[in-house]
Amino acid sequence: MAELNTGDGGGKKGSGKVRSKKSNSKVDLTAMVDLAFLLITFFMLTTTLSKPQSMNLGLPDKDPDKDKNIDVKVDENRTMTILLGDNNKLVRYVGLLATPVAGGAPKDFAYGSDGIRKELLSRKEAVLQYTGNKDKGMIVIIKPSKKSNYRNLVDILDEMAIVNVPTYAIVNDFTPEETKLLGESASAEKTAPAAVPNP
Amino acid sequence: MAIKMKKKSTSTDMTAMCDVAFLLLTFFILTATAKVPEVMPVDTPASTVQTKLPEKDLATLTVGNGKVFFDVKGKDVRKRTLELMSNKYGVKFSDDDQNKFASMESFGVPIQSLKQVLDAKPSERKNIIQPGIPKDSLDNQLAEWIQNARLANIELQDKELEIAIKGDAKEEYPVIKRVMDILQDQKINNFSLVTGLRGKEK
Repeated sequence: MAELNTGDGGGKKGSGKVRSKKSNSKVDLTAMVDLAFLLITFFMLTTTLSKPQSMNLGLPDKDPDKDKNIDVKVDENRTMTILLGDNNKLVRYVGLLATPVAGGAPKDFAYGSDGIRKELLSRKEAVLQYTGNKDKGMIVIIKPSKKSNYRNLVDILDEMAIVNVPTYAIVNDFTPEETKLLGESASAEKTAPAAVPNP
Repeated sequence: MAIKMKKKSTSTDMTAMCDVAFLLLTFFILTATAKVPEVMPVDTPASTVQTKLPEKDLATLTVGNGKVFFDVKGKDVRKRTLELMSNKYGVKFSDDDQNKFASMESFGVPIQSLKQVLDAKPSERKNIIQPGIPKDSLDNQLAEWIQNARLANIELQDKELEIAIKGDAKEEYPVIKRVMDILQDQKINNFSLVTGLRGKEK
């Protein structure tokens, strides 16, 4: 294959002696090397790619004694609340629901780069300008409803990581107004808040 | 008189290359671990975050169809966990059962019927319907499994066990929340969510 026959093929004829044909002692290794490298590539990729990816999530301490859970007051101009509903529905409002800040009235958004991410990025900028302090960035409150699924939660947490939101929290409290926003039956869930500040 | 050009051989000596290639090949084959088919396959949601899960000191809670399956890495940790669990629930397991449990993957049965799963051949385990580990407040075996696995891991590896939740993308949030609550009840506030890989969107 990759070798030209350089040896004298015929030799002199008619010398009378019977010569045994010299066989080439070299074996063509090209095909073997090809195969070996192919297998190496395969095993290398499968060993490193099969490791599952993961996303780290830190939750704050949940004290069973409710009196010890101190409510932290935050500036409503810095908060954005994201409600996750069924059928990939996503509603966000900025500030308080009753008195949203300018342009922050409840609105439906889609997941992905054209939907919520644009909004998050622009709102993040606006908050930074409002506070003028790098340490006081946007606070996002994620409220997954009972009918939202796990993909929604991971998607929105992923957006948080992409947009680099400094503080976000998962809260399970639903007010009746918020439930109405998602158009679900008014089965407001009242549980202890499970906030998630970003470490 | 014609001048003859010396013919050069075009072949290169591939022996060394072949040696190296096969050495590497052997290395990768030996380090590769065979993938055991999962009892409950789940479709993990994709994310752009790319943190790899650790190989050791890890417990995986697989959540799908409202059922929770449990898995701990490391044979000795698994054995010790089973021992602690059998003491707690008064279910006896023979040495043979313990070895089988050590080499098994994730499972999702109450501890009372764990023996049935262990007795089955590995190839037949898939056919056993596993109802998931009980996780309601009356019979919270999941919490016990996690607790004991953590104890076993600290005992044997001297390290805190890490917890990963591997949820199905279509799983409803309350089930995930229930699992997170169980973890939080044990003051595990930091855990991982297993996700699939998604390329960076521009």
